[in-house]
Order: sequence, then C-alpha cells, then structure tokens
Amino acid sequence: MTEPLLSVRDLTKHFPVTKGLLRRQVGAVKAVDGVSFEVRKGETLGLVGESGCGKTTTGRLITRLLEPTGGRIVFEGVDITHVKQGRMRPLRRDMQMIFQDPYSSLNPRHTVGTIVGAPFRIQNVKTESGIKKAVQDLLELVGLNPEHYNRYPHEFSGGQRQRIGIARTLALKPKLIIADEPVSALDVSIQAQVVNLLEDLQGELDLTYVVIAHDLSVVRHISDRVAVMYLGKIVELAERKALYDSPMHPYTNALLAAVPVPDPRKRADRDRIRLTGDVPSPINPPPACRFHTRCWKAQDICKTQEPPLEALASGHLVACHFPENAPDKPAGVGAHPAEERATT
Amino acid sequence: MTAPLDVTGTAAEAQPEAVLQGVGAKAIQGRSLGQIAWTRLKRDKVAIAGAVIVVLLVLVAALAERPFGGLIALFGDDPNVPNQDAIDPLTSAPLAPWGGISLEHPLGLEPVNGRDIFARILSGAQISLLVAFLATLLSVIIGTLMGVLAGYFGGWIDTIISRLMDMFLAFPLLLFAIAIVGAMPDRAFGLSGNGLRIGVIVFIIGFFSWPYIARIVRGQTLSLKEREFVDAARSLGATNGHIIFKEVLPNLVAPILVYSTLLIPTNILFEAALSFLGVGVAEPQASWGGMLTRAVDYYQSAPHFMIIPGLAIFITVMAFNLLGDGLRDALDPRNR
Ligand SMILES: Nc1ncnc2c1ncn2[C@@H]1O[C@H](COP(=O)(O)OP(=O)(O)O)[C@@H](O)[C@H]1O
Ligand code: SF4
Ligand SMILES: [Mg+2]
Repeated sequence: MTEPLLSVRDLTKHFPVTKGLLRRQVGAVKAVDGVSFEVRKGETLGLVGESGCGKTTTGRLITRLLEPTGGRIVFEGVDITHVKQGRMRPLRRDMQMIFQDPYSSLNPRHTVGTIVGAPFRIQNVKTESGIKKAVQDLLELVGLNPEHYNRYPHEFSGGQRQRIGIARTLALKPKLIIADEPVSALDVSIQAQVVNLLEDLQGELDLTYVVIAHDLSVVRHISDRVAVMYLGKIVELAERKALYDSPMHPYTNALLAAVPVPDPRKRADRDRIRLTGDVPSPINPPPACRFHTRCWKAQDICKTQEPPLEALASGHLVACHFPENAPDKPAGVGAHPAEERATT
Repeated sequence: MTAPLDVTGTAAEAQPEAVLQGVGAKAIQGRSLGQIAWTRLKRDKVAIAGAVIVVLLVLVAALAERPFGGLIALFGDDPNVPNQDAIDPLTSAPLAPWGGISLEHPLGLEPVNGRDIFARILSGAQISLLVAFLATLLSVIIGTLMGVLAGYFGGWIDTIISRLMDMFLAFPLLLFAIAIVGAMPDRAFGLSGNGLRIGVIVFIIGFFSWPYIARIVRGQTLSLKEREFVDAARSLGATNGHIIFKEVLPNLVAPILVYSTLLIPTNILFEAALSFLGVGVAEPQASWGGMLTRAVDYYQSAPHFMIIPGLAIFITVMAFNLLGDGLRDALDPRNR
C-alpha cells in the first residue's frame, strides 16, 4: 500500500492544571493519551466519541494549533510534530480545518469577502484574476451567492455560515481537511445538506477528510473508516461497514444504541447498553480500561489490566478484554486476556 | 459526482435570508455591526441628547478662542481682562443686579475683578475638554497596548501587567498630582507656565487611568482569542501581529469607544478638582474648577458665580455619560 497522507503515532496532549500565583503544576488533563491512526489519501476517516473525549484536541494537534506533549505526526512524509510555527506556515496550505461553531469561526467585523479572501492574503498567494474573483468562485463552489461578497456573517444562517467557513478552508486547495463536528451546531434539516456538500467537494477536489462527530449517525454515510475515541484513547477502529454491522467494543455498541433505530426487537437490547452518566474527568481517568466505570461487561481484570488496541480476525482494531460480536469467541465470556490474544 | 452542489438545499436555505434583506441591488451590500449600532443609537433619544450636547461643547471649545476664530470675541469680552468699574468696591460683587447679567454679559460678571463669566466659561471649556481628551487618548493608547498584550499572550506577561494595573489603581493619584504640580519647576520639557501645567496634568491623568481601559481590553481579548476565528487565522498561517491587528483589534473598537466616552467625564472632573485645589491651570487663564474656588468666598453676594461653572461641569459630565451609556447599549451584542 502507498504511504498514508497522515500518520499519527502515540499522540498525547496533557494540559497542565496549575494552582496559585506561581502556577505550580498540580496535575494534567490527559485530553489525548496515546492515539495512533493513519489517514490514506482520498479516504474519509470518521472520528467519533462523546463530548470531552479529546476529538477536537486531536484535530488541533494534527493542524498544529496545539503543541503535542508526545508522539509523532507525519504529514506527507514530513514529521511535523514539533515544527516551529514559522516553518509550519507553508505546510498549512495543504492541511486545513473546518470549525465546529459557525457563529464563532467567522470574525463578526469582517465581510464575507475578507473572510474567504484571508487565506490568499495571509499566505501571499497570487490569484489569476484577483482575490475578489477567486472568492466569488469559492462562494459559488460552496453554494452561496457570489454577490454576497460584501455581506457580514451575522446576515447569514448557521448553515450558510458553515458554507462560508468551508469556502475559506478550500481557498488554498488543501489536501487534508479536518472537519471538527462540521454540522453539530446546525439544524437537523440542514445537516444533511452540509454533509452532502462536503461529500461532493471531496469528489471534485480530490480531498482527504478526517470528520469528527459526537455520534455515529453523522459520519455513517461519508466515512470509509471510523475510529471511536473514549477519554483520550482510540477504543475501536474499523472499516465503516464492519463497524456499523458488527461493532465490537462495548462503547461502540453503546454509541450505536444511542442512534435511533426503528426496530422494536432491538429496543430491549438498547436499554441494557444505554450509556448512563458522564464521561469521567480526564484529569483522573479510570485505571486500566477507561470505560470500565460505565461498561456493563466490566470484570475485575478490566480494572487492573489495560486492554491493548489489537487487530482481531474480523479486521477491527479493538481495545477490550471482552469484545462483542467476536466470531472467534463467544461474546462476554470471561476468558483470560492471554488466551484471547492467543486466539487472534 | 457531476453535480458538485446540493442545489435544492442551497436555494431553500438561502431564500429566507433573501426575503429578510429585501430584494434588489442594494440588498447585496451588507450592513456592518457598526451601521446596525448607529441605527440603534439613533433611536435612543437620551443618548442623542447627550451626543448633541457633546458635539456643541466640542465645537464651542474648539472655536472659543484663537486659532479657530473666537466665539468669545464675537459675543463678549476678553476672558482675562478685568472690568473693575462694574464692581462694588465694598462688597466686591458686581454693581448691577443679578450678578451683572445683561445682554452684554449673558452670564454676568465675576466678583472682585468684573471679568465676563460667559467668556471665561467658554475659555474654561476649552481647557477642560483639551485636558480630558488628551488624557483619555493617552490612557487609551497605553491601556489598549497593555490590555491586548496581557490578554493575548497570557502567562508571565499577563501576570506582570495585571500586577502593574493593581499598583496603578491603588495609587493615591490626587495626592500625587498635587505633590508633583506643587514641586514642579516653572520651565521644563521646553514648556512653561500653563502649557507645562496642562502637559503635566494630561500626563498624570492619562498615565494613571490606563488600567481602566486595559482591564476592559484584557478581558475582551481573553474571550476573543478563544473564538474559533482566531484559530482559523492561525491555521491559515497568520502571525501573532496579524491576529492582533486584523482579527482582535477590530472587535475591540466598540468597547474602547464606549469606555473612553465614559472616561472623559471622569477626567473632566479630575481636572476640575485639580484646578479647584489650586494645582491645575493657573490664573489668569480660566478653568471651571478654578472659577469654583474663587466663587467659594462670594457665594452669598454673587451666587451665580458658583452656580454657573458648577452647571457647566454638571452638564458636560452628564452629556458624556449619557452618550457613553447609549453607545454601550447600542454596541452591546447581547441586545442584538
Ligand atoms: N486548552 C485546554 N486546557 C485545558 N483543558 C482542555 C483544553 N482544551 C481541551 N481541554 C480538555 O480536554 C478534554 C478534551 O477536550 P476536547 O478535545 O475539546 O474534546 P471533544 O472535542 O471530544 O469534545 C476535555 O476534558 C477538555 O476540558
Ligand atoms: S475491557 Fe472490560 S470494561 Fe473495558 S470495554 Fe472491555 S469489557 Fe468493558
Ligand atoms: Mg470538540
């Protein structure tokens, strides 16, 4: 297989928790704690997990808005883990981010023309027939009226604002786009339109996406592969179909159970695995398997021994001692982890 | 993948907007937040009244004396020329009834030396506004710089600047001003007399009131830098300078405008207090505070001499405050 466009190894980000006037460090928010994955050229990787699981932080680490605490980020064969902001500048053209909140991602004092034209000015990119023409082409590309060039963000609806944001990310013709919950702030009726737009743009402009979402329904039809994140770690990563048809990690099962299904026979099952409570604090994450405080299958070993992220026969990467839907062993039977590994 | 755009969706979404804005060529031109605020301000009768008074005051102050013409010369006497003939040598009060108020002297005469109060009020307005504006300008410049640096960069820069602000705010400014002006030589920095005094007063007021602006600016910057448009600029490769000047500062114009409008009356009062205490502008140059000092001794025989500068200060301070409050309401995003 060809070299991946983006490769992330053991990425960690610990935000220091400080106290007092002297800013003494008393702990750390382990927002991202050892995350590894690859993104292949032209694919869409979904990154899913409840709010607070570290998805945004992961996106900001990759785009180098944050300095990683540890690990390695390789983009197009270049190690950008600790590249200085100045050296990062030219690389930024190839990697852009779509932000979650269309009300906060557009400067209220700037016109649409200024906002969408900013990439050209900041990167000093010459456009063939002027920035204005380039901006208008971009507005048209994302389905906005190019005549709205002189309008201000507050004159647009949420969905239109998100389109403006998308136009801005497209200006420099990036290769990789990290979309951080691009539709979660939008009305449900508009979400599909924006997702469709992203999908259409991908085909047209040869884009690679990492699409972040807090539930499994949004990324369902645009992802090629899906990574499920819990408390700073990836707990399951699989091809889209495999993940949705036979989710293996209990957390993935719980997330899927939260997606409305019309089938009444499955309801009882869903009640059993419904997620209750909040994500525990990433300052003091539960030891060993971080999901054990909310997992209905948790055994003693889950509290003492961390399950590694391993490839199972089904092709899933799963971090669980007792995965569901495992073809090579009955789900939920407490086998010793050593035996488990032997069977895979 | 031949049709890249979700055309039906776009049209459906764009339509309500188009209807709201009205159709036609003009609808394409956007209305900035500033224009919206202006529309809102125009509906606020009280603020507009304040604004009208402020504009009149500024015009009067600018035109009162040379170099711009001289309203004083047009309407009355030289503010600094005594008119002993009009004064009762026994009581020191003006001979004519009502404090000498007449067509010739619309606000009457000053006790003791009979100078025209109208001329002196205009001349004092010039001093008051000049000192207040320059001092405010100085504190806005320092305050914005310090506030943006502290809020944007955080860390030890923020710690130092914040402690500095606490120190400056705890400073006994009035006592300090009295001491400095009292101990000042007659000539310094190429200035002398009232020029020097005004320069020093402007410096003291401006240099010690920047923390009021810096606090506001720091708080706003702290919240602005968390907004995603700052991250968007950074992920495009923008430098800190670009982000501060192009992304953050345009959003600070409104709060700075509001708080400097509210700082001006405070500075007017401070200048009046200094002049009242005899360490402000020196005689014979008129100032509202100085007039009040002199009025204290004659409040029974010539009460108008106390009431008129008092009213001038009151109306001016009031007008700026009303305008400032109106601006704040008009620019407040929560009212949108
Ligand atoms: N700048 C920061 N400083 C301290 N903690 C942070 C910071 N950014 C995020 N966090 C914490 O890191 C965790 C993960 O946050 P985030 O990546 O935003 O999660 P998600 O996007 O999955 O909702 C949360 O507990 C959040 O409070
Ligand atoms: S390791 Fe144990 S606690 Fe963790 S998800 Fe699997 S079964 Fe649940
Ligand atoms: Mg997030």
